[in-house]
Amino acid sequence: MTSSPFFRQPNDMLPERAPPVAMSGIIGWLRANLFSGWLNTGLTLFALYALWLIIPGLLNWAFFDADFAGTDRFACTGTGACWAWFDQRIDQFLYGFYPDEQTWRVNLALFLILPALAPILFDKMPGAKQLRWFSLAFPFVATFLLIGGFGLEEVPTNKFGGFMLNVTVGLAGIVLSLPIGIVLALGRRSKMPIVRTLSVAFIEVFRGVPLITLLFVAAILLPIFLPSSFSLDLVVRVIVVVTAFASAYMAEVIRGGLQAIPRGQYEAAQALGLGYWRMMGLIILPQALKISIPGIVNTFIGLFKDTTLVIVIGLFDVLNIGRTMISNPDWLGLAVETQVFISLFFFVVCFSMSRYSVYLEQRLDTSKH
Amino acid sequence: MSTDQNQIAPNAQPMIDIVGLNKWFGPFHVLRDINLSVAPRERIVICGPSGSGKSTLIRCINRLEEHQQGSIVVDGTELTHDLKNIDAIRREVGMVFQQFNLFPHLSVLENCTLGPIWVRKTPKRDAEKLAMELLERVKIPEQADKYPGQLSGGQQQRVAIARSLCMQPNIMLFDEPTSALDPEMIKEVLDVMVDLAETGMTMIVVTHEMGFAAQVADRVIFMDAGQIVEQNTPDEFFNNPQSDRTKLFLSQIL
Repeated sequence: MTSSPFFRQPNDMLPERAPPVAMSGIIGWLRANLFSGWLNTGLTLFALYALWLIIPGLLNWAFFDADFAGTDRFACTGTGACWAWFDQRIDQFLYGFYPDEQTWRVNLALFLILPALAPILFDKMPGAKQLRWFSLAFPFVATFLLIGGFGLEEVPTNKFGGFMLNVTVGLAGIVLSLPIGIVLALGRRSKMPIVRTLSVAFIEVFRGVPLITLLFVAAILLPIFLPSSFSLDLVVRVIVVVTAFASAYMAEVIRGGLQAIPRGQYEAAQALGLGYWRMMGLIILPQALKISIPGIVNTFIGLFKDTTLVIVIGLFDVLNIGRTMISNPDWLGLAVETQVFISLFFFVVCFSMSRYSVYLEQRLDTSKH
Repeated sequence: MSTDQNQIAPNAQPMIDIVGLNKWFGPFHVLRDINLSVAPRERIVICGPSGSGKSTLIRCINRLEEHQQGSIVVDGTELTHDLKNIDAIRREVGMVFQQFNLFPHLSVLENCTLGPIWVRKTPKRDAEKLAMELLERVKIPEQADKYPGQLSGGQQQRVAIARSLCMQPNIMLFDEPTSALDPEMIKEVLDVMVDLAETGMTMIVVTHEMGFAAQVADRVIFMDAGQIVEQNTPDEFFNNPQSDRTKLFLSQIL
């Protein structure tokens, strides 16, 4: 075949065309993703078979063969799960030993999280600027609601328990560990030797020690070291330790993000005359934090699940409440049911954080055409 | 080599006065006894092989690089370790980079208003008005709300020029502004730079675009091995180079 000279004038350039049908639509998607070859087709069929084996059994256990009513485990006669305890014990799972007539305060604090978080999570929503003042005030409002004083009946923190304790410690740790982690990450990259050494020391010490050890230190050793006039509430000590632990991880996650920012960004900011803090606050950190979102959320999720470790110093978080309940003769041996229930709770919270981070990454992506 | 490197500079209070500048990267002597005086409204093109120290030289002028010996005085302010002086000089000196270095998380308009708002304390509305004027001048006002990642290289570099001009600098430094661009985009950036030169801006341009040098430069400086090898008017520089090193360089790039 011979090739002949060829040219195109601007007015007979090829127009854009839609992709062929086999590439798009449901059938195209199925073919490309589930049945693209022998191996893929086999795996798809195997996965469907496995689901067919597992799901009916799971549904039977959890719902169709399960018992829902009764005052003790002997009321459960079916072959499935026994959910009778739920009705009796849910308050303890939610509030620990918080006085019954005061639990509205926990509910209110929990409900107020929504308007406090909304302007931070969705900064484009109307009224976000005004609501942000409430976000700043929320930690104080919530502390007041939970502990009381100033006319509200005081509730000592040793009554805290159940999910409420996990959420309190987890949320406080999350809110505090991000800014502290940022400061530590900047400190570790600082040119000032003292700042750098202190940051490295903090990070390495708290990252290099198991959280359980730190909790023991907080619960048992600190009261011995500190003068007796300086007594810090146990829950506060736990929050401090959990925060320090998470901050050390956070600092390293954010340092990774900082290292990914090209030197040209620093130079362009400096060339405009921005000083260190403005350069960091306006140019470097917004980009570094954006890159670090997966790692930051990872740390948040880890921190939240680690709040169950307070069981080792005798606090009655939700896991401990569950354990205590199933050692009660009335509910003996319902370990699977309580663990499933507690797992579901943690999964819902952690999965929400994960989904939000995906949404945030998409919203902050400025590279799309 | 001429002993008086400043013989061509007009007799005015210099905008930039560099005397006896030396700089080392570790043991590597990257700038050697540089003397350079730039008059107001003067346009200087610096060329030379890579590694000759030309980028380092202009990066010393706004202290992106620190020098070890000699003095640099910019518009009457000497560059020392004093942060106040550094900030004052950076406010007056705009810089355009080879890799554009736009802020990818900010829109084009926000890139342009950031400096005026945070450094010059200009009210946001005034800063935006100024930014739109300058985006108009670099011929991309319609891209103001886009993000840098959505623009072509040539458009990004024009935004970078507008961003620098928004600080209303007295001096503009260009560090190989067209080296990262596709051939079709080089011209749109050079056109903007020619326009800028015609407004009387003091400019120092590190570039290999010899056509640009011949068109707008008052003086062309050729550097090699960290020193100024030759400087002359563009006409003389291209048609009658004196140093053998310059002749070799010109024979290779022209």
